[in-house]
Amino acid sequence: MRMLHLPTFRHNAVIGACSWAAVLLAMFLAASSQPAHAIPAFARKYGLPCSACHEAWPKLNNFGQVFKDNGYQLGNDKDAPIFQQPGYWPVSFRATPNWHREHTNRMAVDQAASGVQGVSVAGWDLSGLDILTGGTLNKNISFLFTPSSDVNASFHFESAWVRFDNLLKTSWLNVKVGKFELDNVFSEKRNLTLSANGGPYQIYHFQPFNDISHGTTPFGIGDNQIGFEVMGHSKNSYTRYSVSVLSSTDGQVNLPTSNAYNVFLAGSQAFEVAGLGLQRVGGFAYIGQSPTYYLTSGGTPINGAGQGNKPFQREGIYGIWYIKKLDITTMFTHASENKYLVTGTPSTGTLPTGTQDASWNGALIETHFTVNPRWILVNRYETIRMSKQSVPGTPANLGNIDALTFSTRYYPFMHSRDGFAIHPEYSILRTRGVLGTTPAQDVTTSSLFLGFDFIF
Amino acid sequence: MTKIVNRAMWLSLSLSLFCALPALAQETRVGNLTGHAEVGKKLYQRSCIGCHGPYGDGNGENAQWIDPKPRDFMAATFKCRSTPTGTLPTDQDLYNSITRGFTNSNMPHWDSLTKQNRVDLIAYIKTFSDRWKTDKAGDVLKIPAETPINIDSIAHGAALFQKLECWKCHGQQGRGDGPSASTLTDSKDNPIRPYNFAAGTDDSRFKCGSKNEDIYKIFMTGVDGTPMPAFGDVIQPNDAWDLVHYLRTLQISRHSKENEVLRAAGGKIPKVEIKDPPPAAAPAATPDAQPDAKPQGTGK
Repeated sequence: MRMLHLPTFRHNAVIGACSWAAVLLAMFLAASSQPAHAIPAFARKYGLPCSACHEAWPKLNNFGQVFKDNGYQLGNDKDAPIFQQPGYWPVSFRATPNWHREHTNRMAVDQAASGVQGVSVAGWDLSGLDILTGGTLNKNISFLFTPSSDVNASFHFESAWVRFDNLLKTSWLNVKVGKFELDNVFSEKRNLTLSANGGPYQIYHFQPFNDISHGTTPFGIGDNQIGFEVMGHSKNSYTRYSVSVLSSTDGQVNLPTSNAYNVFLAGSQAFEVAGLGLQRVGGFAYIGQSPTYYLTSGGTPINGAGQGNKPFQREGIYGIWYIKKLDITTMFTHASENKYLVTGTPSTGTLPTGTQDASWNGALIETHFTVNPRWILVNRYETIRMSKQSVPGTPANLGNIDALTFSTRYYPFMHSRDGFAIHPEYSILRTRGVLGTTPAQDVTTSSLFLGFDFIF
Repeated sequence: MTKIVNRAMWLSLSLSLFCALPALAQETRVGNLTGHAEVGKKLYQRSCIGCHGPYGDGNGENAQWIDPKPRDFMAATFKCRSTPTGTLPTDQDLYNSITRGFTNSNMPHWDSLTKQNRVDLIAYIKTFSDRWKTDKAGDVLKIPAETPINIDSIAHGAALFQKLECWKCHGQQGRGDGPSASTLTDSKDNPIRPYNFAAGTDDSRFKCGSKNEDIYKIFMTGVDGTPMPAFGDVIQPNDAWDLVHYLRTLQISRHSKENEVLRAAGGKIPKVEIKDPPPAAAPAATPDAQPDAKPQGTGK
């Protein structure tokens, strides 16, 4: 037989590939034929299929956006919990068992002869668990509470807020208090990419490579923040605005930084283009401040006693362009951080000569092709370029990044009771000059991911 | 031989497609927008199928949990129309229903869909019943200018409310608790409650629109598929406006000009005699309101 002439490794590869195919086919068939046993909270409450609110779960369509903007209410008798059957329980669980492989092309390794080598990590893994409980406490009082665990079952509160909806009987005034996701155009809590590289938006989390504050006061627009939000929208959410006043803690509890407050502003306008679909343009700005040093007691920093606040900010404009099944989001961002923050210098200290505020620009293009409600293709490219390095003599391109992600999500079934997606993804991220060799070298990491994403 | 079989198969396939196409080619027009059933089908499968079902018969996977039950598009009987009872609604009527939704049911308002999408959905909904091929929408009800709101109009409306026996279902206070209320069923034999005018502080619970002209329209055209009859052939337009003005006063928690007029009159509605009484018998229930009744012209 011809197969006998194959080298052993090739033979194993063929068997391995067949095994993979068999496992995938079995899982696909199992998922396709089994009845749903569990119930996502909102779909169960209203009896709508996932696809009514989600272009492809978890990405919202405009109907879902209106539902969310209206405080998880459709505007009918089913909104208030008093009208629900006593058996109704507004809880959903989401988990994503997965196989993934991360490869870094250059990493400082003690055992390597040159001190640098490529490193790969691969295997089956778990994503952790999100417990989502949300809905209405009463007509026009809504809530979301999300205990979320990491892979070691260590829980934190991803979201915990209550919202007073349609105040003064207008959709233009809603107030949310607690820990919540900012009114971002791209939600990192409902994105269509899940891998280590491609999951988070680089553009939301980027900080200069040599930013000393990176470790002490991390910040990302994609992180849920604590404070209050005033939000308003037109009835169909074509016009939206939000203003958030937040504690400058990046969502950490117990006020670990300082008494500073940050502000996030967002607004967008949608319009219909005949034959193409709903287009949207918008912008956002985050204006914040962080401490540059802490009061100490016996040499130990006092929690929350940050001093010498210095500013940082992020701004962006974007457009979401629909061409029937194809939608393309384009975004341009600008960001800056105060020189004291970047260099980790107390505001009472002295900066090296020539030190300046750091600034950078980012651009993003994300494309979705929704083949049908059960299959979506995703591509994203992000690029970030430093426009001003803080410390004199720093290479101009140090820390610049390019990130490219491809993913697809296939939903074997589409009910109103639960959701399941098979999610393959590949992403690659190149960071300029961050390996401290002479000369400095770029580092490229890639992620290969196969997730089995389910919510019930 | 193989060629003949192949040709026969292609011919058969082509014929099937040819026959299937008209079903997806119902002309639908709202304003300057034309609906496309093939686009509407995808939207229907995305958003509507869970309740209304794959065949449009109102038996989606969630229908068993829903009360009131989802509309059966195969029956082509629609509650909210600007057309006479028993006739098909206009595309605009269906568009309004989708846009507005029904507060007292699971049906949300779909104004977050683009206008084109809503028209496409209507085009697809119309493929579920052959009646859309054989019948045209009825003539749109002409609504005359509203008469002045004054205590005489309210008083005359109150007398009509008694004379037409509206109270039998809606109750004397309009709370939906008349002596017949508990016995009412819709065309699918499901229990149905008469409208409670006194509930709520706003108009959001009106199924077919909340303006005075919408209420006028409801009892002139009836609510097909329910026991609510059409009074278009029974009362004159001016009388109908009087009835509207009286019904507004039953919305006791709602601020309205009618309630202002009533308060100004001391909160009491004078008794008046109906000089031209309507026919002795109340109008028959609307088509399809009883379990055994057949909708007019459904072709079934």
